[in-house]
Amino acid sequence: RRDSQQADTEHLSRWEKWRRTSSKSLKKALGEVKGMSSYLILWRHDIRSIEGKFGTGIQSYFSFLRFLVLLNFIIFILMFSFVTLPTIISKYGMFNSTIAYISPKIIEHNCTIYKPSGNKGLIYFYTYLKDLLSGTGFLEVTSLFYGYYSIDALWISIMRYNFPLAYLLATFAYLALSFLWIIKRSVEGFKHNLVHDADPFQSYCNKVFAGWDFCITDPNAAQLKHRSLRSELQMDLDEEKQKQKIAERSTEEKLRIYSLRIFINIIVIAILSGCFYSIYKVTVFSQENSNVSIRNDTRTDLVNLLVQYLPSIVITLANFIGPLIFSFLIRFEDYTPAFEIKLTLLRCVFLRLANIGVLLFSLWSQISNCDSDKCKPCGYNYNHYPCWESDVGQEMYKLLIFDFIVILAMALFVDFPRKMLVTHCSCKLVQWFGDKEFEISDNVLEIIYGQTICWIGTFFSPLLPAIATVKYFIIFYVKKIVLIHTRKPAARPIRASSSNFFFLVVLLIGLLLAFVPLGVSIARIPSSKACGPFRNFNTSWEVVPDTILQFPTGLQQVLFGMASEAFAVPFFVI
Amino acid sequence: AYKRFSELLPKEERENACSARVPKSQILTLPELRANPFQHRICHVFSTSDTEDDSMSFEDFLDMLSVFSDSATSDIKSHYAFRIFDFDDDGTLDRKDLEQLVNCLTGQGEESRLSSAEMEQLIQNILEESDIDKDGTINLSEFQHVVSRSPDF
Repeated sequence: RRDSQQADTEHLSRWEKWRRTSSKSLKKALGEVKGMSSYLILWRHDIRSIEGKFGTGIQSYFSFLRFLVLLNFIIFILMFSFVTLPTIISKYGMFNSTIAYISPKIIEHNCTIYKPSGNKGLIYFYTYLKDLLSGTGFLEVTSLFYGYYSIDALWISIMRYNFPLAYLLATFAYLALSFLWIIKRSVEGFKHNLVHDADPFQSYCNKVFAGWDFCITDPNAAQLKHRSLRSELQMDLDEEKQKQKIAERSTEEKLRIYSLRIFINIIVIAILSGCFYSIYKVTVFSQENSNVSIRNDTRTDLVNLLVQYLPSIVITLANFIGPLIFSFLIRFEDYTPAFEIKLTLLRCVFLRLANIGVLLFSLWSQISNCDSDKCKPCGYNYNHYPCWESDVGQEMYKLLIFDFIVILAMALFVDFPRKMLVTHCSCKLVQWFGDKEFEISDNVLEIIYGQTICWIGTFFSPLLPAIATVKYFIIFYVKKIVLIHTRKPAARPIRASSSNFFFLVVLLIGLLLAFVPLGVSIARIPSSKACGPFRNFNTSWEVVPDTILQFPTGLQQVLFGMASEAFAVPFFVI
Repeated sequence: AYKRFSELLPKEERENACSARVPKSQILTLPELRANPFQHRICHVFSTSDTEDDSMSFEDFLDMLSVFSDSATSDIKSHYAFRIFDFDDDGTLDRKDLEQLVNCLTGQGEESRLSSAEMEQLIQNILEESDIDKDGTINLSEFQHVVSRSPDF
């Protein structure tokens, strides 16, 4: 081929020769630029080495983690530049800016009383620690929480910056950005999955002809890949035999199995409702008692901290025990192994995401707790919750911090001692306990849970994405160290193409779930009158219609036309 | 690439590396090929040596690198993959080739092979999926057809 190419060049004119050499050197230059820019990709070397040692399934987990770090960082930049930065600029009077406070339209003054105890006077050091962990005290008045942004409009030189609108639009922007980015990433995976699923008869050929991962350089990894290929093939053959067996079941057996499945599903639903009920009760208890102790100061600080963290503790326990019970129960249901995995995963996803939903629901029931006419003037329980958005932000903050602490604690106190025990103690019981594999699905659900909390919480606490970015950054290194030092590679690795798509689908479910509480908070629950940028509106959403009414009438009509049903539905569909 | 190639040659021959041939044993020391179960087949397919000793010149080396790179088209890759998988070099993948292929994938030891019943079932399934003309073997076009729909190739 090269000889024929060389023969061709002799016949060309000088112009063609020059063009060819210049296009060659351009390609070379572009190749070098690409090579250089790949050095800028975060953690490129780390992920490559993980891929070589542990396979592409686990590598996809770490690239997913990298994606989340980037996503959170971009969200943080977005919120910071549109919400926090203008606030800071105007509060310190830089660039000739001033703040305008519009006096509230409602005369009812009780609603507007909000005195966060921002730690004045001589305070013990551990109070700072307690405040850092629970988001109260000195942390409550910082820009971390919604209560700091009690501004109505900003004047920067001559321009008027409509701050409430900016806050709301930034929220919508980060939700839309996350949505679009996830969809973009999953489109590639979806195409692959579509092709793959459309021809289930091709799974054997795929495994045999495309099964070997040519990126493996370590002989140990090669051994494991051999083992995993063998067990994958054996599993497929077993599954085929089992499918035949299922097709040959008698009616009596079918009846027995179906009734058993219904029974087990009822148990699962019962467990889920038990979890939800306990979360509800615990949240109500925690909210009532942490408020009481602030007033009376009779409890010690540690107990108070424990009470405040009670919802997080219960949720984490439920997230831990639930999957164990599910994987125990599903053995009795006699499904094919592939379906077993999918169903358990589905139940775990539902458990984790619904727990957050129940927590938020119980928070709202507390906030709108209107017995004995406490809510009449302002629409929410203003006695206990003068600035309810900050309280919700604090709960989300606590969830995030506790999740982070649990991940670190599990790594330090469970994984490393276990590994040391297995290597140094050769008694049978310990060996049976054995080396653990890297459970990809559990770890992925963990970080998706954290990301959903971050999405919901960012509206109430604009600097939360920064905390999430740092958290995921540290988790990457923690998980990498745990993986390399304590884990043996899985005997049954998931393929990269399908696992990428699965992660993104579950992340999308988390995002769509995050829309619901945000939608309810923005549109239904009356915003706090004592703090925040939406003091002068009934609900946070009202900023938008208000602003539109100030536009010239022509533009108003266009916008109303766009919002009307006939236009919006096809727009969404596209 | 030239640097990698010349590192494989013994010191004396490094100056005229362009025309020298590297023996097979040296090539197999490359890290990418060391752990690869198809190492022997790869050397055999890419070598243009007249003496059937599977040694590779610089041109062969470049050919190998270009076929394995990310920018090679799927046609080229599947063409070479077919040649690599064809253990008896007869132009088709028959049962024996497939059996050897599966054994390469599952490992070299005795205990890591599939039982003969499993092997039979597996080969039966593979032929069902890919053999369009039902002649009991897979030729190049059937192979390319199967591979073109495979997402992991």
